Amino acid sequence: MKAEDVKVCVLRIEGTNCEDEMAYAFESVGATAEKVHLKQLTGQAPLEMRRSLEDYDILAFPGGFSAGDYIRAGAIFAARIRSAIGDDVKAFVEAEKPVLGVCNGFQILVELGLLPAKDGSIMDPVPTAALYNNDSARFECRPTLLRNDNNGKCVFTSSMKKKQVVMFPSAHGEGKLLSMDENFVQKLEDNDQVVFRYVAPEGEETKYPWNPNGSPSDIAGICNPAGNVMGLMPHPERVLTRFTHPDWTRGYETEEGDGILIFRSVMEKLLR
Amino acid sequence: MTVIEIRVELKKGVADPEGKNTKKTVEALGFTGINSVKFVKVFEMDIDAPADKAKEMGEEMCRKLLANPVIQNYTVTVR
Repeated sequence: MKAEDVKVCVLRIEGTNCEDEMAYAFESVGATAEKVHLKQLTGQAPLEMRRSLEDYDILAFPGGFSAGDYIRAGAIFAARIRSAIGDDVKAFVEAEKPVLGVCNGFQILVELGLLPAKDGSIMDPVPTAALYNNDSARFECRPTLLRNDNNGKCVFTSSMKKKQVVMFPSAHGEGKLLSMDENFVQKLEDNDQVVFRYVAPEGEETKYPWNPNGSPSDIAGICNPAGNVMGLMPHPERVLTRFTHPDWTRGYETEEGDGILIFRSVMEKLLR
Repeated sequence: MTVIEIRVELKKGVADPEGKNTKKTVEALGFTGINSVKFVKVFEMDIDAPADKAKEMGEEMCRKLLANPVIQNYTVTVR
């Protein structure tokens, strides 16, 4: 498989607003990305615009405020997917094709039951976690530092070093990961499902504002038990070049930004 | 025709920043003696079905969309 043969479906509905950057991110590592409206997958579009999910190799849920964040962030997008193409999405994940959700995309994956996903399940019928209002009760928008805490299961961080710290900006109002399970974090940890944790600059304790939402154990991103579905709150697609890093004038040897690592990782995995 | 009211509220122990902020703000406006403020969502639906069926539908809607069982409880009442 050549890089340009990797077809990426960046799924949008009304209210998603990061699909351009998301598609550009995959294009910049050589893949062929297409912004696809949900209606193109459900047959509610003119014949020549209809698409089939199985023709794609990667599915990406961009950030934004899908369906106005009504009811709960991501709930309406998730319910529409479940009712119209739920089986297709399940088959996509079952085939271990990569699925990425950023910000609102992460909220959609959680509402869809694709994350965190219990052991042995692909897509839970009801959400088993929630991304809930930040502790500050405000929309938090700023650079955040993330540490790769995955031991190698997640396909989106496979070419990153263990414990590598990167800067991806955060911009969300509901990013606190909650579960009913008291041993939630431990179970994620045991299963190698924790991907990113918020950290503070060296020597500082991780707390607000470095953890922007109060997530337990500073969790910023997780993957499913198989490692092919990842969701995270901060935006890697916003830091593809150093020029969108706040400190872009110093400390960079190349023009690349930290975010490219996510997209390169998954491409390397697919092209191997 | 039945009108049902679906009430979705946060579970005990889940932080309620909307309620907390509202409390702070009404206090800033000079209201005193406010012990607590809780943020609750209410959906009112007019359904073409008998009461028991409409209630059942409302409960299924909560399970499928309107409530996330991790953070929210719901009650459906026929009006």
